[in-house]
Amino acid sequence: MPTKILVVDDDAAIRRLLRNTLVRADYAVVEAEDAKSALRQAAVEYPSAILLDLGLPDRDGLSLIPLLRAEGDAVILVVSAREAVDEKVAALDLGADDFVTKPFDTDELLARLRVALRHQGLSETIPKVVSRGDLTIDLDRRTVRRAGEELHLTRKEHEVLGTLARHIGRVVTHDRLLSLCWGAGEDGRVEYLRIVIRNLRQKLEAPGPVGSVIANELGVGYRLRGDA
Amino acid sequence: MTPVIGDGRPDPDALLRATAQEGRGRLKIFLGAAPGVGKTYEMLSEGAARRRDGIDVVAGVVETHGRVETEALTRGHEIVPRRDVAYEGRTLREMDLDAILARAPRLALVDELAHTNAPGSRHPKRFQDVEELLAAGIDVYSTVNIQHVESLNDVVASFTRVRVRETVPDSILEQAEIEVVDIPPDELIERLKAGKVYLPEEATRALGHFFSKSNLSALRELALRRAAQAVDARMLDDVRALGLGGTWAGGDRIVVAINELPGADLLVRAAKRVADGLRGPWTAVFIETPRAAHFTDEQHGRVAAAMTLATQLGAAVATVPAPNVVAGIQSFLADARATQLILGKSRRSRWFELRHGSVVDRLIRDTPDVTVYVLPVPAGGEKGPHGQRRPARWGTPTGYAIVTALVGTVTAIASALFHVLDLGNVALLYLLPVMAAASLFGLRTGLYAGLASSLAYNFFFLPPTGTLTISNPENLISVVVLLGVAFATSQLTGRVRAQADLAAASARTNATLAGFLRQIAGVNDSDVAAQMICDDVRRLLDVQVVLLGTTGADLDILAASDPTYRLDTMDNAAASWAFNTGKPAGKGSGTLTASEWLFHPIKAGDRVLGVLGVASDTVGNPVRADQLPLLSSLIDQSALVLERLRLQTEMRDVEVVRTRDRLRAALLSSVSHDLRTPLTAVIAAAAQLRHGATPELIGTIESEAQRLNRFVANLLDMARVEAGALKLNVEATDLSDAVTGASHDARRALEGHDVRLDVPPDLPLVRVDPQLLHHCLLNLLDNAGRYGDPGAEIVIKGTNRFGEVRLAVLDHGPGLPPGREAEVFETFKRLEGSDRAIGGTGLGLAIVKAFAEAMEMVVEAGNRPDGKGAAFTLVFPPPLIVRAPSTESVS
Repeated sequence: MPTKILVVDDDAAIRRLLRNTLVRADYAVVEAEDAKSALRQAAVEYPSAILLDLGLPDRDGLSLIPLLRAEGDAVILVVSAREAVDEKVAALDLGADDFVTKPFDTDELLARLRVALRHQGLSETIPKVVSRGDLTIDLDRRTVRRAGEELHLTRKEHEVLGTLARHIGRVVTHDRLLSLCWGAGEDGRVEYLRIVIRNLRQKLEAPGPVGSVIANELGVGYRLRGDA
Repeated sequence: MTPVIGDGRPDPDALLRATAQEGRGRLKIFLGAAPGVGKTYEMLSEGAARRRDGIDVVAGVVETHGRVETEALTRGHEIVPRRDVAYEGRTLREMDLDAILARAPRLALVDELAHTNAPGSRHPKRFQDVEELLAAGIDVYSTVNIQHVESLNDVVASFTRVRVRETVPDSILEQAEIEVVDIPPDELIERLKAGKVYLPEEATRALGHFFSKSNLSALRELALRRAAQAVDARMLDDVRALGLGGTWAGGDRIVVAINELPGADLLVRAAKRVADGLRGPWTAVFIETPRAAHFTDEQHGRVAAAMTLATQLGAAVATVPAPNVVAGIQSFLADARATQLILGKSRRSRWFELRHGSVVDRLIRDTPDVTVYVLPVPAGGEKGPHGQRRPARWGTPTGYAIVTALVGTVTAIASALFHVLDLGNVALLYLLPVMAAASLFGLRTGLYAGLASSLAYNFFFLPPTGTLTISNPENLISVVVLLGVAFATSQLTGRVRAQADLAAASARTNATLAGFLRQIAGVNDSDVAAQMICDDVRRLLDVQVVLLGTTGADLDILAASDPTYRLDTMDNAAASWAFNTGKPAGKGSGTLTASEWLFHPIKAGDRVLGVLGVASDTVGNPVRADQLPLLSSLIDQSALVLERLRLQTEMRDVEVVRTRDRLRAALLSSVSHDLRTPLTAVIAAAAQLRHGATPELIGTIESEAQRLNRFVANLLDMARVEAGALKLNVEATDLSDAVTGASHDARRALEGHDVRLDVPPDLPLVRVDPQLLHHCLLNLLDNAGRYGDPGAEIVIKGTNRFGEVRLAVLDHGPGLPPGREAEVFETFKRLEGSDRAIGGTGLGLAIVKAFAEAMEMVVEAGNRPDGKGAAFTLVFPPPLIVRAPSTESVS
């Protein structure tokens, strides 16, 4: 049975576009045009993922996120024309798994959706080992191997990479990373995080454009890329 | 329509007076010859009549003095309760001006116009309260007795021997409709005897005299004449406003010469009466002779008071510096083309007149075209200024010592040369010490030198030598000549010195003003100018200074000589009053005198630009009377400067609006072009898809849609910049992330180009808004993709040198026209020669510049060093660069 996706958007053209794209990628699609019907559909249809537009006619999409979360364990991808960084952070903090900005590239949207679905539920059952390409991250033993060879990481690098690995494929916000790896007192010292990420990249990434392993999400946070 | 007769032109002043009346309330004054004629009764009955006509009437203040008929009339009126004012343990009941203003009736009845308010009230005088009511558009009925009219005050006092302190300026009467409440003197005396007349305190003292039949007749005549005069003045105004000819243009001009003696105010009032009688313009002039420098504060005060009174009575005023009174008056009369001159007869000693000649005589002799009125001035206890000599006139001990030594020296020299000189030449030698003493130390020392010289001459040289007897009468002449020379020399040099002093003083004032002007003329910032005005006024007048102006709706302190100074509620009220009415307020003015500050409006034409407040460092009046002219000049100059700055700002604003309009027009044309072109392509391509999809069609739709997307993003960004709503979210940012992100998002615009990222991994972090930086890079890459040669390389190169980080986007292509590189950043600018077909709005680079500058970065446009394409560089100056965090915080 195909995976069921709920598309929430007040614009019929966007819904049609998403339906076509998703159906072609072998998903089943249900639609909602406002917050009320979105909640009803989520309760009735048990979708595996929800593509949520924030600009809904009857209520703000952001406030809908926790309600949808409460309806089930569907992956929530925010699809919105709102570009403001603080909105993205708010969406992630409220429980969204990822976000895509309109106008979006359909290939990228599908890739994000795949990753989110693959790691669905992982946050509850924390894995012991995370693999990605030739990279193997053992979260318990705090070891990182590339092609079988162990890499030497500092304590902070382990902590940051571990945090990203637990949420592989999903964005972890700066604030979250800072409070998990540095503690509350160091809030806002983004430069520490930048340096650690830079060092991690040097150790993990192949030469070439940065971000092939750890992707930067402009002004929001970092993401350990999953295998697309 | 009345035809305009002859060559009569409408008189602008009269027209102005007529327009000023519009919107103001109208004043009607019930004028009585004496207390008890029934003014209040008349006012109340007329008020009642108006009320019956449906007019909204309230009684502000009515003094019934317990008269039954009046009491009865009051009952019908709505009465605004009076305000209790505590003063020295007593409670005074004053008219509640604010309550009446708030009640806003059509007509207010306000008894006793000449009343003096309790200290601490907004205005010292009730007529000022009435002025405010009129200004608020409320009609007022009021009452006044003829003896309270300012210009008649001393006339009345002269025959009744009762002087009232409370007066009403004539200007009030001139704007009012006047109704004389008249009963024959016999009847009034009857009423008095029947106990029907309430008498003010002053009148009780001179009861018998004041209410004599002759006095009452005289008062009655005065009242009737004053009313007739007011009617005349009104008619004349109407005539002038219509331009109905008249001889007014060539009429009489009256000049009154003010002096520092007691009674100067009498001169002014007399001049007012003459001017009213002749219906001519009049001017009060004070001739500032060198003696003015030695006036006491009291004398300065009298001159200032007389000048103020003259202004209140409608005169122009002038101060003329001159070496002596006669010359000053003569030159002023000529300038003013005056026909009448009013002088006070000074009580100078016979001796003084013999020496100086009578001012009056000389003026009468030397100004044949002018009618001269000479008025007696009452003898006061005051001694004239000639009674207080400068101490220097008596000479200094040093002067006498030097002169004695000089005389001794001359005697010694003459003794040594006596065998070659004859007696007459020795006398000539003695002229030297005499002239020196007289010119250097003044008259007394000069006379002393003359005496000493003649004694020495007599004793040592005149036969018989060794005695003070003179045998030859010819030699007596020598002694007289020596004394005469001493006298003449000292008078001459004294006069020259006085002239020089006067010139120096006037030069000092002029230099002060010129310096102030010169300094301030170069200022183009109103804050700086305001501060400069404060500092200069403080320096020149030695007072505390504040300058207030409107910033938005409220009156705020723009600058102050002492920035810590705060104004209290009273001060603010006075400042607002001065600002709103354009008249001085505060200490030393007529309004809100409880404030420690004196506020002068700074006016350009009718517009009040601000208020200058001055306060003394110690207690006392902020500005000495003799400093007032300087203060006025400074305020006038300040007004010019502030007005110039205001106009400049206005011009700039207009320029901004014009630029904005130009931009808006450019935006509209750009939007219609740049939105429609890609849309047309998309629509056309989509239509063709029906016949089968080809990669070209799909590519067109994608790239044109991207172009649209970029354009919309830029429009939104530009709107944010223009709205000033750019909120920075600055954080430490890794430029490799920024470059990777931007080149990823711009990948479609860069299609067909070989993009090389040359950003060293160890580039320091920079503190910027990552979102704005992203948009900067997107636009630079978009620009490079559009203008770079297809297929050619685009390089993003990061460097860290000399403490600053640079991020350059380099393309291979035609580059920028040399010398015009900076123009690319102008909104909607596309440099000539760029192909319109390339597309793009000219918004992108303007956004790069606006964003970069918002983040305190610099953006440079130029060509590659090898000249084979354009180079755009974002420069991150040292303050934006993050120092590497300590190792322990990151390991």
